[in-house]
Amino acid sequence: MGSDVFQPGISAGRLAPDAYEAQFSDLHPRLDGHEALVAADRCYFCHDAPCITACPTDIDIPLFIRQIATGTPDAAAKTILSQNIMGGMCARVCPTETLCEQACVREAAEGKPVLIGQLQRYATDHLQEQGLHPFTRAASTGKRVAVVGAGPAGLSCAHRLAMLGHDVVVMDARAKPGGLNEFGIAAYKTTGGYAQAEVDWLLQIGGITIEYETALGGAVTLDSLKADYDAVFLGMGLGGVNALGAEGEDKDGVLDAVDFIAELRQAGDMAAVPIGRDVVVIGGGMTAVDAAVQAKLLGALNVTLVYRRGRDRMNASPYEQDLAASKGVRIVTHAVPVAVHGNGAVREIEFEYVDDAMKGTGQMLRLAADQVFKAIGQTLQGEGLPELEGRKIKVSDSGRTSVSGVWAGGDCASGGDDLTVTAVAEGRDAAMDIHGVLVG
Amino acid sequence: MADLRSEFVGIKSPNPFWLASAPPTDKEYNVRRAYEAGWGGVVWKTLGLDPHVVNVNGPRYGAIYGADRRLLGLNNIELITDRPLQTNLDEIKAVKRDYPDRAMVVSLMVPCEEEPWKFILPLVEDTGADGVELNFGCPHGMSERGMGAAVGQVPEYIEMVTRWVKSHTRMPVIVKLTPNIADIRKPAAAAMTGGADAVSLINTINSITSVDLDLFAPEPTIDGKGAHGGYCGPAVKPIALNMVAEIARDPELRGLPISGIGGVTTWRDAAEFLALGAGNVQVCTAAMTYGFKVVQEMISGLSEYMDDKGMTSVDDLVGRAVPNVTDWNQLNLNYVAKAKINQDLCISCGRCFAACEDTSHQAIAMSEDRTFSVVDEECVACNLCVNVCPVEDCITMEAMAPGLIDPRTGTVVQPEYANWTTHPNNPSAKAAE
Repeated sequence: MGSDVFQPGISAGRLAPDAYEAQFSDLHPRLDGHEALVAADRCYFCHDAPCITACPTDIDIPLFIRQIATGTPDAAAKTILSQNIMGGMCARVCPTETLCEQACVREAAEGKPVLIGQLQRYATDHLQEQGLHPFTRAASTGKRVAVVGAGPAGLSCAHRLAMLGHDVVVMDARAKPGGLNEFGIAAYKTTGGYAQAEVDWLLQIGGITIEYETALGGAVTLDSLKADYDAVFLGMGLGGVNALGAEGEDKDGVLDAVDFIAELRQAGDMAAVPIGRDVVVIGGGMTAVDAAVQAKLLGALNVTLVYRRGRDRMNASPYEQDLAASKGVRIVTHAVPVAVHGNGAVREIEFEYVDDAMKGTGQMLRLAADQVFKAIGQTLQGEGLPELEGRKIKVSDSGRTSVSGVWAGGDCASGGDDLTVTAVAEGRDAAMDIHGVLVG
Repeated sequence: MADLRSEFVGIKSPNPFWLASAPPTDKEYNVRRAYEAGWGGVVWKTLGLDPHVVNVNGPRYGAIYGADRRLLGLNNIELITDRPLQTNLDEIKAVKRDYPDRAMVVSLMVPCEEEPWKFILPLVEDTGADGVELNFGCPHGMSERGMGAAVGQVPEYIEMVTRWVKSHTRMPVIVKLTPNIADIRKPAAAAMTGGADAVSLINTINSITSVDLDLFAPEPTIDGKGAHGGYCGPAVKPIALNMVAEIARDPELRGLPISGIGGVTTWRDAAEFLALGAGNVQVCTAAMTYGFKVVQEMISGLSEYMDDKGMTSVDDLVGRAVPNVTDWNQLNLNYVAKAKINQDLCISCGRCFAACEDTSHQAIAMSEDRTFSVVDEECVACNLCVNVCPVEDCITMEAMAPGLIDPRTGTVVQPEYANWTTHPNNPSAKAAE
């Protein structure tokens, strides 16, 4: 414990300088060769395997695990990447405990699933660290496709289109590619600059150009893209953050969790990132957990994650909840923020306890807070978009929007969970549909 | 992706992975599914004369398991096809018509007389099948009736029947050999003399997998009794590899194509058979354990291996290890190695010590703090410590460079090759010229 953990207010360097590296090290260090063989050996090679069904990208999991078991991890990587070009990142960030590993028959039988996510990382790392890109482009079709957003959906779509022979221009509002892989995921889930390395690896396919700091609604509009390209894919994610709706939420120190997570991912030195002694995170999803855990890792003394419903309703999986608890995050449920107190900057935040029907109980809770991170969902931004369904772009199963020649996928589109793996699947499937339309 | 196309005795298939004659190739439904899954060919489950045989209605299989119930060995007492001949012929014809690029070989077993062979061969030819395999290997049931292994254990019968078959068909003829004999080269030579285009081996090994210690009956037990079955699966691979190599390296049998069978479960197993001289491999137990899809790993693995080795065709691999299979008396007695324990990897379990101290050469020392180290003065490089060590590469065998003194013998390690035939202790040693 560093000497400054009790320091009130917001300050950087709460921990001893050499403590940060361990704090933000890999959540699941990569399996070594022997560990991978032992883990792979547990796979039963199930028929019509439930894990495949549970994977949004339908990776042939038993096959790739068998390929690891027989000493051919590069073949395993090809099996993975042919279905999911971001299989490396998904191996790190997928909530496998609610997807493939939950479906594993050994989870049902023993409560100990095959370590599918870690095996996937073993294989993809093995291939990618050799710089090998196992896919090649088909002959040029002469068609040009615009992709908005260089996140998982956009890059997945772009790669598949490029592989099929189309020329792709990807536009992204930020100065770096990767989207949420680069800006929206806890640092300990993707260490060592993997997000950028993966994008560099993905772009080896060729035929993909990225234009940075180019957002839809700025220099380019949907109409201009439609006019300039043979097809358009929208994968720009959700740019806005929901408001708390609590009195005083404009006070200093009330921040968006996504900005905090992005700041951490871009920070060269974690010791230089200021954090409050008392931190409150509001929300119940993965963003809330990522923010709360990292606040704790930075040396915050008291971190409380407050969610308006019960634990069973949290979008963060039980695994994520346990991770937060194990790092010392206190989880408070059934409480909604009603007021932010403080003179200019937040000092305390006040909640009212609610019942399962979200009805106020009159019981109040006040938590000391130097910082409040909001993680209560994000919203689609932009005008002139295709027809919406709810608060997202309405799409068909193949990603078609209401506008002819325009597809969408990832978090900005309706349907599916807001997961990296789902975005990759939607980008890939939209690419296949675009290809069918362009060359059909 | 390497080119895995295979041509075996003139029979083409997209890869060298065939399903062996066995329950997986019993009928049209399975074989279509096998082809769809990627198998390069099948050997249709053995046909016989009508009235067709019957099978037991109790258990037909027994198994040997490793930890975690990994199936290591399988034993079966199933006979040849128990369906009418015409039913099989019709189905073979229908499947071959729809999959012309896949190998379709038909296994046959009829009584040891010329007429039945003369009768059945034209019927098989009419299906459009690519070849026949003569089942001289089945070790249970059929052998009691003078067929299967009963033929395969008598080289004269093999030669006679093979000759009949060759005279009554234009199809390539593969003779499937039983391992239940003393010297596999004898039946192989008989097949060759009889005109066989190839041999396939091994068929299953006589076995009783286990005994029910309450019923006092062998497994699988049918109404209180059991009969020996045929053993197959990963456990038999070493036996099969040796028999394949014995044929491949025999000067008398040079050029006799071999279809390798016996415990092929992964691409690596297949590659080992190919390296020892098999032109292709046949698989059964792996498919029975994991389903037809298991071939996908064999295809990707062999392809990756061949790419790594710069091999452009399966034939580049076939027989590559044969020149290095030799007799004991040709091994270099001047080669001296010593075990070496990597202390960074050692987990101090002491298994190497127990093995060496109790059963070998007392060449591993154990310290008070459980550090294990090799005593070079005693180590004969037997390799047992490597084999029992649970940590891969923790113990290695390191060759001593010529010129060094072997602490065990006190003699200088010689650079020249010298084997038993010239060793002074060999009473029949020839003086080195």
